[in-house]
Amino acid sequence: MYNNIQEFYNTLPLVIVAAGILISTVIEMYSNKSENFLSWFSIIVFLASGFYSLFTLDARSIVLQNMLATGGYVNIFHFIFTFSAAIVCFLSIDYLKKYDAYFGEYYILMQTSVLGMMMMAGAKDLFMIFLGLEVMSVSFYVLAGINRKRLTATESALKYFLLGAFATGFIVYGIALIYGTAQSTSFETITAKFSELSGNLLFLTGVLLFLIGFSFKIAAFPFHMWVPDVYQGAPSTVAGLFSTAGKAAAFSAIIVSLFVLFTSGAMRIITPYLSVISVLSMFFGSIVAIAQTNIKRMLAYSSISHAGYLIIGLAASNTEGIAGIIFYLAAYSFMNLGAFGIVSIIEGKEETNLELNSYRGLGTRQPLLAALLSLFMFSLAGIPPFAGFFGKYYIFIAAIEAKLTWLAILGVLSSVISVYFYLRLVVLMYFYDSSEQIEIEKSNSGLLAVFISAILVVLLGILPGSLLNLIISYL
Amino acid sequence: MTITIEYYLVLSAFMFLVGVAGVLIRRNAIVVFMCIELMLNSANLTMIAFASFLGSSVGQLFVFFVMTVAAAEAAVGLAIIIAIFRNKLTVNIDEINILKW
Repeated sequence: MYNNIQEFYNTLPLVIVAAGILISTVIEMYSNKSENFLSWFSIIVFLASGFYSLFTLDARSIVLQNMLATGGYVNIFHFIFTFSAAIVCFLSIDYLKKYDAYFGEYYILMQTSVLGMMMMAGAKDLFMIFLGLEVMSVSFYVLAGINRKRLTATESALKYFLLGAFATGFIVYGIALIYGTAQSTSFETITAKFSELSGNLLFLTGVLLFLIGFSFKIAAFPFHMWVPDVYQGAPSTVAGLFSTAGKAAAFSAIIVSLFVLFTSGAMRIITPYLSVISVLSMFFGSIVAIAQTNIKRMLAYSSISHAGYLIIGLAASNTEGIAGIIFYLAAYSFMNLGAFGIVSIIEGKEETNLELNSYRGLGTRQPLLAALLSLFMFSLAGIPPFAGFFGKYYIFIAAIEAKLTWLAILGVLSSVISVYFYLRLVVLMYFYDSSEQIEIEKSNSGLLAVFISAILVVLLGILPGSLLNLIISYL
Repeated sequence: MTITIEYYLVLSAFMFLVGVAGVLIRRNAIVVFMCIELMLNSANLTMIAFASFLGSSVGQLFVFFVMTVAAAEAAVGLAIIIAIFRNKLTVNIDEINILKW
């Protein structure tokens, strides 16, 4: 357990969320009208935990018998997870009313999934990676099918569950082989022995299986097949959480487990594997997204191509690459949450208004929503001065410094392709007229969430250096 | 004849491959789920074999965690399969295909 009280304070972000889970469960048991109360309670829990971790960046320590790291870039990840989850809670308030699909466990599961993500980001041991991953994934399987009377939601939950558990199998087997060859599950021991083990075939198989399992979780190319179906079938707010915080958590697990190797350059031996995966994800995502007619599927394919850009940072395997990934994850989380937020506001009952054609003429009928959605689309496409541009910029710079110029050029090419389908939505909204009027229910809390994301996207676009310097100084 | 660690590793690798092949080939959601459990158990066997070979208890501890998580996953997974059976009256993954490009 804790050696002193300071260690307890350092783990307080996780403790707040864990306490929130217990209190919410009790509230849900004894209250008949938990819906309104629990949503605000979880927002408070998430914001308290997020801002506490942001203000204790200096509290760097390793606690709980070398199991968990706190402070530094781990806390930046905590902030990304909790803040995204808070935005999703804001969006969920009216979305769940629209579908009449409130179940008491919704907000509790959101808190458990965030706790799992935070365990992954701070992991110092394969135990923590495995437990955090499973706490997150099992909550996600239920959240995907939370609207259990709809066939689409249950189908997406089944697909997510089967493929997610399949990936877990790979990760556990990889962990078993790593443990057997390195004789330890602690990252410190494993990374210290890495160079002498890098000739051991069993060990390399273990690392490869571990990376394959995580490729499922980050939705990289050959292991992406679940992404479009799950994002389309799951409730839009939950899909927003999967694509932002879930992806950030999987990347945080890869970064923390291999961190020392990335910064020392020992990871170069798997650079070819990562480069191929990233090129395939980028181009597959961008090209297939062009053919989509459903906006949630389009955002799903765009999330596959964004996973490709992020893997460029891993392939570069230098400090700039890791800092670029963290910046990109922050930027991507807020712009994608904004986009999913607007989709969830415009979406009608019974999953209507999800086709790209329902966005025709939105510029004249809903000028505010259309303007905000265009902002997020510009940012996702990587057009300056929004956050998405600087995310890509830092990652491409890191690739060039690692002498992977060809990878950076392919990345730029792929983002040029992706401009087509992002801007097509903007063109549909402003330059086409539609005869049929779609009805949009007002949602003040949802609009507030979208506003917050928009402000963050613009701020990160205007002052990208402040966040990047913060990340670099705490790496 | 003494049974060395290689026998255990080959057996568990074979179990793992059977599990992977089953997930890719079988079409019944419950059988697919059983194959996933087989993959997890092959990892457990590897872990136990290494723990006994290395004389360290970490591997045995890990197996308890994996079993607990597998039980939680089974609870959620079977609940999802029941939910979809109520909607569609089938658990064949080829017929569960309304989400398609």
